[in-house]
Amino acid sequence: MSQPQTLLETKNLTKHFVTKRSFLGEPLATVRAVEGVNLTVEKGKTLGLVGETGCGKTTVGRTIVGLYNPTGGEVLLNGENVHATLAGPSAMTIRRKMQMIFQDPYSSLNPRMTVGDIIREPMEIHHLASQAEMKERVWDLLKQVGLNPEHASRFPHEFSGGQRQRVGIARALAVNPEFILCDEPISALDVSIQAQVVNLLEELQAKLGLTYIFIAHDLSMVKHISQRVAVMYLGSVAEIAPSLHLYDNPLHPYTQALLSAIPIADPKLEKSRKRILLEGDIPSPLNPPSGCKFRTRCRKAFDRCAEEIPVLKEVEPGHQVACHLVG
Amino acid sequence: MSSWIRGLNSTAERTVDETLSLNANTNPNPNLNPSLFERVDFVLDTSYDISRPSTTFWQDAWRRLKKNKMAMVGLFILTLISLIAIFGPYLVKHTYSDQNLTLANASPSAEYWLGTDNLGRDLLIRIIYGARISLSIGVVASLINLLIGVIYGGISGYCGGRVDSIMMRIVDVMYCIPMLLWVIMLMVVLGPGLINIFIAIGLTDWLRMARIVRGQILSLKEQEYVMAAQLTGANTWRILSLHLIPNSMGPIIITATLAIPGAIFTEAFLSFIGLGVSAPMASWGVLASEGVANLRSYPFQLFFPAAAISITMLCFNFLGDGLRDALDPRMRK
Repeated sequence: MSQPQTLLETKNLTKHFVTKRSFLGEPLATVRAVEGVNLTVEKGKTLGLVGETGCGKTTVGRTIVGLYNPTGGEVLLNGENVHATLAGPSAMTIRRKMQMIFQDPYSSLNPRMTVGDIIREPMEIHHLASQAEMKERVWDLLKQVGLNPEHASRFPHEFSGGQRQRVGIARALAVNPEFILCDEPISALDVSIQAQVVNLLEELQAKLGLTYIFIAHDLSMVKHISQRVAVMYLGSVAEIAPSLHLYDNPLHPYTQALLSAIPIADPKLEKSRKRILLEGDIPSPLNPPSGCKFRTRCRKAFDRCAEEIPVLKEVEPGHQVACHLVG
Repeated sequence: MSSWIRGLNSTAERTVDETLSLNANTNPNPNLNPSLFERVDFVLDTSYDISRPSTTFWQDAWRRLKKNKMAMVGLFILTLISLIAIFGPYLVKHTYSDQNLTLANASPSAEYWLGTDNLGRDLLIRIIYGARISLSIGVVASLINLLIGVIYGGISGYCGGRVDSIMMRIVDVMYCIPMLLWVIMLMVVLGPGLINIFIAIGLTDWLRMARIVRGQILSLKEQEYVMAAQLTGANTWRILSLHLIPNSMGPIIITATLAIPGAIFTEAFLSFIGLGVSAPMASWGVLASEGVANLRSYPFQLFFPAAAISITMLCFNFLGDGLRDALDPRMRK
């Protein structure tokens, strides 16, 4: 066994959005979408990223691949600072290494381009091959994602949601990336199609040695596909652990509540299942609570939670929790 | 499971799936037993084979446009007017500058189908020549307007932020000045003449187009396919020209089509007040203006050019409305 090699790392990644500016351009209101996130993904592995709507999962993802510039912190891909490289002359080489699969298969494909053109575009931008080679490669890619290569000349509206998502995957693969960010790639699909797409992603990972960050809110799907899972709450990571471990032994009160919401596919067990109901809504990231951000909804909150921000502590090997109750 | 279960088949005697026999044991119906079922191999996705032939966006739009009677009538008449404007002068024996003073202000007759003007020139040929000038002004001015408007609106919408604010404030300021005043000022500076009319109208009419394109781009640039292109490293020009503008083509074409009658009208007005094309060339506006002078005695001199203007306007508007319906994706069935 070779040593696990870290492919992607975020260090204290922070992203704020200014929503209101004064006349002179000074920020008046700031959304703290992501605050000090540290993640590592090993090569060939999948990191799941879960959390409620609005907790900043998508922002973390988009900042990692360079769609947003971070307010603070850095993203390292193979030890190379992503955002510094993107601003420099070798931006294209790092763009090739990172791709993304999008949530909505209906808006992620340009309706005026044929499927073949959509998959060819990344290769054209990166000047990867001659016209004939590109055509061949488009065929290969379509076959690889389980589509009929003869439909390269068709338009996206002629395909179903699952087929479109496959086209999106083929486009992401076109530049031979090392890392793919899957931003809720299955949440817009039917359950039966979800399984197909997840299986395809796993197959491709095994075959091409890809590394994924898999963003989702379907917890059982995340458990299935990822080796490690990070739970986010209001822009910060609450808990990171190997996925099986996290599901068996959640330590953060938020993770416990989140996991208690998974339905069990057995009516008898399901009846006796105890749910931890969280009260109230997720607080506004415009004005997050002091100390631990979860304390306003946490049943176990005590004085220290309001005063001190909990940091991620390693309680067991590979299992980190940010909670004053633990460790 | 790699097999589908097909219904009752008494002749089939096959090996039975474990699950099937399990079901049979618990099945209360004694008439059903596993030997009645046949194993069928999983068939790969066959949905491809029953899909309809591929149609592009434009084929779809054309099919919808064909269903719209008014738009098709408009298109037909406009084609007819264009053909007459191109080939008409070769079929009529008079020329637009020939004067026949003895027959000045003649009523329509076999010799002069639409009568003559106060210098004895054939009105028919003058209206046909007028169509050439008026239509080309409409089309060329609309193209200039399209070019400026799409580029300006595209950059403003895509760049957003401060660039957008500044560019749109400029548009707002220009909007405050009545367009006719603008055109008149430009014409006074440039001097009369066909090319100057193209320039003057093209330079003043793009504001609406810029706003519409900007609005389209603003909503489209949040789409995930634009993000995918940015992620791959596509530059601004590529994203605008390949992704954003083709997807705003519907509103752009509609606006451009509806801008043509506007340009023709502006030119007619300019000619009416004497800033248009110079004699002996005549646009429809010039002809109408001359007709007004003799309105009491020879109403036909105003009627025919005015009818030509009105019919063309109407047709362009019908066609524009039809295109709006045909190109609107929400109409897609």
